[in-house]
Amino acid sequence: MSGRIANWGVRHGHACVSTIGHLARHGLASVLTVLAIGVALSLPLALQVLVDNVGGLGGELSDSVGLSVYLKPQVSEAAARQLAATLRARRDVARVTVISAAAGLTLLRQQSGLGAALDALSGNPLPNVLEIHPAATATSPSQLETLRAALAANAGVDTVQLDRDWALRFNAIVALARELLVVSAALLAAGVIAIISNTVRLEIQGRTAEIEVTKLVGGSNAFVRRPFLYAGVAYGAVGALLACAIVTGVRLALAGAVADLAAAYGSHFALQGPGLREVSLLIGSGVVLGWLGALLTAGRQIARLAPQAG
Amino acid sequence: MIRFEHVSKRYPNGRDALADVSFEIGAGEMVFLTGRSGAGKSTVLKLIALLERPSRGQVWVNGQSTAKLSSRRIARFRRGIGIVFQDHRLLQDRPVFDNVALPLMVADVSLRDLDRRVRAALDQVGLLGRERALPPELSVGEQQRVGIARAIVSKPPVLIADEPTGNLDAALAGEVIGLFRRFQEAGVTVLIATHDLARVGSVGCRELTLRDGVVVSAAAGSEEPLPVIVAVR
Repeated sequence: MSGRIANWGVRHGHACVSTIGHLARHGLASVLTVLAIGVALSLPLALQVLVDNVGGLGGELSDSVGLSVYLKPQVSEAAARQLAATLRARRDVARVTVISAAAGLTLLRQQSGLGAALDALSGNPLPNVLEIHPAATATSPSQLETLRAALAANAGVDTVQLDRDWALRFNAIVALARELLVVSAALLAAGVIAIISNTVRLEIQGRTAEIEVTKLVGGSNAFVRRPFLYAGVAYGAVGALLACAIVTGVRLALAGAVADLAAAYGSHFALQGPGLREVSLLIGSGVVLGWLGALLTAGRQIARLAPQAG
Repeated sequence: MIRFEHVSKRYPNGRDALADVSFEIGAGEMVFLTGRSGAGKSTVLKLIALLERPSRGQVWVNGQSTAKLSSRRIARFRRGIGIVFQDHRLLQDRPVFDNVALPLMVADVSLRDLDRRVRAALDQVGLLGRERALPPELSVGEQQRVGIARAIVSKPPVLIADEPTGNLDAALAGEVIGLFRRFQEAGVTVLIATHDLARVGSVGCRELTLRDGVVVSAAAGSEEPLPVIVAVR
């Protein structure tokens, strides 16, 4: 039994080695096929990396947002602080920060560069503002809506702005990108199968004499098919590795520009990945697609090739 | 060992290659199949190797009727038949060793046995030491002998050859026939198709002559004649 298994290993090893030798001998065609597969697989991988990075960014930001409560102009700072104290007692509120009209004006003066224009105003046009961070247990859309309604019901409140709106929109865009990722991955997977299928078909045509002789001396269809399946798997795996290299290269090339953009927003954000999970998933997909593409062609083509007597 | 029972073969283009042919070749016998080109010799060989199936009648090889073999079993069936071609059909880009090893590779032979048996086969045809040569580096006669080594390496009970001496001069042809003779003496059933028996000589073997798809004579050589069924239309 162990002898049979060893034999099996030897035969597969032989098929594997002869496949690699064959691919090496037909260098250019193999390189072009691998290149096409690499480019095709790099697109969904790049999209995956982008979605992962941006999705993480959205999650990080959405944790830190809350509700801004703009009080009516006639509400004094003291009344604002009193309201804040009342709100802090609520169970769905974690933190309340008071930004007084004067503090708001100072901030605006610092950040907007409108100092001269603001000096021209007779008084402070800004209202007192309360920034409310909801409790971690009360961040679902319906709970936030309840909180918003409760805040808006206070007599001194002018408007309540739910700062989460933009985060929800952002998350919706990321979700759309994920859908796009799935669709593009499916389309490109079909493309990779077609590329490998066609390459294997051409290889079978180029090795017709060998296939006929092998069948003449008693080679089964499975035996004849084996090296072509290995070729398909090799194309898929090497193409996937190339895709990982392409995406990593692009990420490194973009690192400077991303760092500049992040700095402009006061963030230390940097692109990550592709990680081990993505890389192994992609190589696994490449292997499966290569095997499928080769099987689709080789099964049919080889069964059709009947040996001819001399 | 090889038995044709009322075998007819009509190709899809309507040509009748064989018409009601019956003959039998016993185990360990060596027989020449003669006749002009187009007489049906190649068709007989193709039916034995299951490259074609008979339109009517039955072909038996190694005690097996070829009619009942599913396409899945054909591969295994062919491993019991060694085939030598006029143009030897070697893989030109593979060394001699790989060419001869092919029938063993497809038949699950272990690597250790494979090496030993390939060398033994090459030794039998006088080419030991040329394992790493590529076929184009060999002479025509040597290439034909590699083809013969490939046909006998798996020790098939039946050896069929289609014009194995067609491309060789008289001396080389005689050598090749001598080789077949040795295999026969070792117990292999040999059927050699040739249009030019006069040149190689029947070396005392039985001769089956085909004309227009019909067996017209079954001349016995100097050996003890075996019964032959001859059907004439």
